[in-house]
Amino acid sequence: MIAPIKPDLVTVNVDGREIAVPKGTNMIEAARLAGVDVPHFCYHPKLTVSGNCRMCLVETGVPAVDPATKAPVIDPGTGRQKINWSPRPAIACATNASPGLHIRTTTPLVKDCREGVMEFLLVNHPLDCPICDQAGECKLQEQATGYGRGTSRYIEEKNVKPKRTQLGSRVTLDDERCILCSRCIRFCREIAHDDVLGFVDRGSHSTLTCYPGRSLENNYSLNTVDICPVGALTSTDFRFKMRVWFLKQTDSIDTESSAGVNTVVWSREGVIHRITPRRNDEVNDTWMADSGRIAYKAVRSEGRLTAARVAGRDGSTGEALAAAAELFREGGVAVVGSGRSSVEEQFLTRRLAESLKARAWLVSRVGQSDKLLVSADRNPNVRGALVTGLVGELPQKTLGELSAAIDSGAVRTVVSVGEDLLCAGISLVQLGRVKVVYLGTHRDATSEAARIVLPALTVFEKAGSFVNQQFRIQKFAAAVPGPAGVQDDLETLSALIRAAGGPDLPSAVGPLWAVMAPQVPALGAVQHGTIPATGLLLDSSPWAGLPFVEGESLHHKPAR
Amino acid sequence: MAVKILRQKPLSLAEKVYLPQVVAGMRITLKHMFARAQTLQYPEQRPEIPPGYRGVPTLVKDPNGREKCVSCQLCEFVCPPKAIRITPGSVPEGSGRDHVEKAPKAFDIDMLRCIYCGLCQEVCPEEAIFLQNQFSMSGYSRSEMVNDKGRLYEAGGTLPDRHFKWDKKRAAEEAHSPHA
Amino acid sequence: MSLFFQLPVVIQMALKGLAVICVIFPIAGACSMAERKVCAWIQDRPGPNRAIPPWFAWMPIVGPALQKLGAFQLIADGLKFLFKENQVPGHVNRFYFVAAPFLAMIPALSTVTVVPFGAYIDPSGHTVPLILANLDVGILAVFAVASLGIYSMILAGWSSNSKYSFLGGVRASAQLISYELSLTLAVIPVFLWINAPGREGTLGLGRAVEFQSQPGFWGGSWFIFIMPVSALVFLIALFAETNRLPFDTIESEADLVGGFHTEYGAFKWGLFFVAEYLNMIIGSAVFVLLFFGGWNPLPWVPLSAVAGWFGLAGHPVVLGFVSVCIFLAKVLFMIFFFMWVRWTVPRFRYDQVMRIGWRILLPLAIANLLVYAIGIALIQH
Repeated sequence: MIAPIKPDLVTVNVDGREIAVPKGTNMIEAARLAGVDVPHFCYHPKLTVSGNCRMCLVETGVPAVDPATKAPVIDPGTGRQKINWSPRPAIACATNASPGLHIRTTTPLVKDCREGVMEFLLVNHPLDCPICDQAGECKLQEQATGYGRGTSRYIEEKNVKPKRTQLGSRVTLDDERCILCSRCIRFCREIAHDDVLGFVDRGSHSTLTCYPGRSLENNYSLNTVDICPVGALTSTDFRFKMRVWFLKQTDSIDTESSAGVNTVVWSREGVIHRITPRRNDEVNDTWMADSGRIAYKAVRSEGRLTAARVAGRDGSTGEALAAAAELFREGGVAVVGSGRSSVEEQFLTRRLAESLKARAWLVSRVGQSDKLLVSADRNPNVRGALVTGLVGELPQKTLGELSAAIDSGAVRTVVSVGEDLLCAGISLVQLGRVKVVYLGTHRDATSEAARIVLPALTVFEKAGSFVNQQFRIQKFAAAVPGPAGVQDDLETLSALIRAAGGPDLPSAVGPLWAVMAPQVPALGAVQHGTIPATGLLLDSSPWAGLPFVEGESLHHKPAR
Repeated sequence: MAVKILRQKPLSLAEKVYLPQVVAGMRITLKHMFARAQTLQYPEQRPEIPPGYRGVPTLVKDPNGREKCVSCQLCEFVCPPKAIRITPGSVPEGSGRDHVEKAPKAFDIDMLRCIYCGLCQEVCPEEAIFLQNQFSMSGYSRSEMVNDKGRLYEAGGTLPDRHFKWDKKRAAEEAHSPHA
Repeated sequence: MSLFFQLPVVIQMALKGLAVICVIFPIAGACSMAERKVCAWIQDRPGPNRAIPPWFAWMPIVGPALQKLGAFQLIADGLKFLFKENQVPGHVNRFYFVAAPFLAMIPALSTVTVVPFGAYIDPSGHTVPLILANLDVGILAVFAVASLGIYSMILAGWSSNSKYSFLGGVRASAQLISYELSLTLAVIPVFLWINAPGREGTLGLGRAVEFQSQPGFWGGSWFIFIMPVSALVFLIALFAETNRLPFDTIESEADLVGGFHTEYGAFKWGLFFVAEYLNMIIGSAVFVLLFFGGWNPLPWVPLSAVAGWFGLAGHPVVLGFVSVCIFLAKVLFMIFFFMWVRWTVPRFRYDQVMRIGWRILLPLAIANLLVYAIGIALIQH
C-alpha cells in the first residue's frame, strides 16, 4: 500500500523501486533520483518541456482500483495491488509524478522505442563525428552507444542541409546535425528573452534558422551551444580548437561581475581552451554570459607582466621586495585594494595596510545590469572586502581623498593591488609625484609609471574564493600554472607584509584560512576546504544598510 | 591440478662416455659448415615486408591527392606513448576541400616515442594514417626524429581509397544546392 | 746460404728465431679470423665479409674473394687493437695489470724454440730435424715453460681487482694444475717406448717423430694407433690447458663476464688473445709430433720415402720446405679441430671440469701408463 509520507511528496515506483519525490517532478527527474537514467534530448531541467524528441519513452502504470468501490484491486498471484500498465509508452519528461505512479524503463517495449527513436534520429544525421566539435560530449553519440541498434539499415540518400551557417558572431550552425530538439529556441525565448530562433519547413526538411534580418547576437547566445545535445550549434571561438576529451575541467568563478557565475575552465597542458557554465541552482542555474567566456584570453595575451621591475628595469622578485621595504620605511603609504582580488588576497591586503598603518581604498566598477547574470557591480568581490574588513564602506568610482592626500604630500607611496590608478581618478601628474608599488597581471598606465612592479596571476592561475552579490562565498581552483617566474599573489602579499614589518603570514590558501577565519567574524568556523561546490551563504546582516548597486537579477533580489 | 611426473631416462653407456655424443655433434656441425648461409646481406638485400607490417606511421592522400586527415585527434587520444601531437585547424575557403571543414594545422609524430603498435591506424575513421613499410629510422638529433606533417605526407604518399566519403558528400551537396 | 752460416751463431739464432716468429705470429692472428669464419660457417652464416681497402676493391676477382674470406677484417681488427684507447681502469694494480699480457706472450713464444717443425736429410742420409734449440729435455721444457703461462692469468685476474677477473684467475690455476697431471702422464708411455734400451736417453721431440718414421708395420705406424688412449687423454688435457671450449671456464662469459681478462681492452687484450692461439699452435704441434707422425706425410709413408720418390734427398732446402708445409698442414688441421669442437660442444660447468680432470682423466692416464709400462717392459726385454 502506497501512502504519501509528507503532503508535498509523492511516492512513485521506478523499475520496482519506490521513491518519494516532490509533487510536480517529472519522471525523468524522479528516475534520476532513483538512480535510473532515462535518456532524453529535448528535455532540459531549466527549460519548459516540449516533448518532441520521444527518446524518454517509458512504460507507465497506475495502481488498479475497483471502479465501483474505489477499493484497491489485489493481484491474487502476488498478493499486492495490481498495476494497470498502459499499453502505450509515455514520454517521461511530460509525465509528472502522481501518487503511486509506476514506470518501467527496462522492458523490451521501452528498448524497442529507444532503438526506433535513435534509428530515426540517425537517418539524416551526417555522422561526421571526426570533424564535429561536439564529439566526446555529444548526447547523440552517448545514446547511440547506450540505446541504439548499433548498425544502420539506412541505404538511401541522406538529407543535405546548410553546414556552416553563422547564426551570430559567436555561434555556428550545422543544420545537418540538428535533431530538432528546440532547446536553443526555448532558451532564447524563455531565458534570454531574445526570440530569434525557429524552425522553418516541414518534416525532414525542417531547418533551424534565425528570424529574417536578425541574428543570434544576445550576450547569452553561447548557452545554446552548451545545451545543444548534438553538434549543430558550435562555438565559433572554440570551433576546431581542441577535442573535449583532452581538456581538464577545473571549477572556477566568473569574475566579470558580482553575480558570481559558477564556471568550468577547460584546459590542456596549461592552455585554457574554453569556459563553460557550471550548474548552480542558487546562482546561475546552467547559464553564463558570453562576455565571461572570453576572459581566459587575458591569460596569454600581449602585455602580460612576467617579471618584477624596479625603477623601470627588470629585476628579481627579491630585489623588488627589498626596494618596497625601503619605500615602506619612508612612511606615507596608502594601499589601494581591489574588488577583483580574492577574499584571501583582500585579507592580506588589509593586514598589509595595518602593518603600514595606512588607509586602504577600494575602487568601484559599475556597469549596466542585464537583470540576468551580469550584475551592475563589475567587481566580483566587493563584499569580500567588506567581509574581510579591508574597507568598511562601499567603494567609490574615484579616489578623491587619496588624490587630495597625494597633492598635499601626506601620501608619498601608493601600493596598488591590481588597480589601474589612472582609471581611479589619479592623474598622471599625481602618479609621477608618488612612488607606486604595483601588483598586476598586465601592463597598463600604472605599471608604466610604477616604481616597483610585481607580476601577479590571473584568476585561472590561482586558488581562492569570492563573495558574490548574495554574500555567497564560492571558491575557485587554479586551472593552469602561471607564467614561469611569477609567484602566487598570496606569496607576494605576505612578503610585502613582512617587508612592511608585519607578521609572517601563511601564503597557501589552506593555512591562511586557519589564520584568517578567526579574525573575520562573518566567516566564523568556515574553512576553505569546507565550502561546498555550490558556495556557502554568509551572514550579511552587518552590511544590510549599505546601498549596494546591484539590482534584481537571476536568483538575487536586493533587500531594498 | 594434474601433476605429471616425467621420469628422466637413464643415460646409456655411450651417453655416459660422452665422446660418441661429441662425435655426433661434430658430424652435424660439419654438415652445416658446407650448408648454404641463411644470412640476408642487409643494407644491399632488403627483407620482404609482409602485408600488414607495422612500420613507421605515415599520413596518406587519396587518389585525388587531397589530404585525408581531418584532425579528429582520435589517434592522438589512443596513442599509448603519446607520440602524436595534432594542432587542428580549418580548411581554408576555396581550397577545393572546404566542405571537409577541418584539417590538421600541424601533425607531429615523435618517432622516439612511437612504439609501432598501430592503434592510430586502427582507430582512424578517415583511413588517413597508415603504418607502412619503412622500418628503420635514424637521426642525429631529437628534433630530426619528430616527423612533421610534411614529412608524414612525403613518407605516406597516396593510397587507393575505396570510399571517397568526402567526394560523395560534395556531390550530394551540389545535387541539392538550390543555386546549382 | 753459405753467407748465413758465416754469421756469428748468436745472430744466426736470432735470425732463425725471428723467422719462426714471423711465421707463427701471423698464423696466430689468422687463427683468430679463421675462428670467426669457421664459427660462422658452422652456424650457416657468411661471417666477416665486409672490410676491404679501396685498392683491393679495384682488383677484379682477388679483391672480392679476399673480402669474402674476411682477410682484411683481420688487419682492421689488429689496427683497431693498436689504435684503440689503451685505457687502464682506476681500481687495478697498475704494474701487474700491465705486465700480465706480456707475461702471457713470453712462455707462448719461448716454447717454440724446442719444438721441431720440419726436417731435411743431410748428405749422410740422416734425417735432421729443423729446430731452433734441439734440447734433450724437449717435452719437459715445453711443459715447464708453457706452465708459466698460468702466471699471466693469475696476475691478470688478481691485479684487475674485480671479482670476475679474480674468479677467472683462481679457476685458471686450479684447472691448469688439474690437467697438467694427465697431460704429463699421457706422454710418458710415448717416451718409455722411444727411449728403448741401448739408445741414448732423450726427451726431445725429434726422436718421437723419428720413431714414427721407421720401416715396417709397427715402425711406421703413428703413435695415435699404438697408444690411442694416451692420445685421447693428451688431447682432452690439451683442450683444458689451452682454455678452449668446452673447458674455457676461465673466461666463461656466461658467469664471469670475461674471466681473467674482463678488465682488459685494446692491445693488452689482444696480447692475451694472440697468446691463446700461440698456445694452441704449440699444443697442436706437440700433439702432431707425438701422435700424428710429425712431418711424415702419411702413416707408414715417412718423409724419407717422399724424398726418395721425388729425388729431394739432395736438396735439403726444398725438402725442409716440404716437411715444414706437411707439418704446418697437420698443425692447422689440429687448430681447425680445436675450432670445430669449440663450436660444437657446450661449455662444461666448473665442477664438471674438476670432476673430469681428477676422477676420470687422471685415473685413466695412470691406468694407461701402468698398462703401457708393463707392456713396453715385456716387449723390450
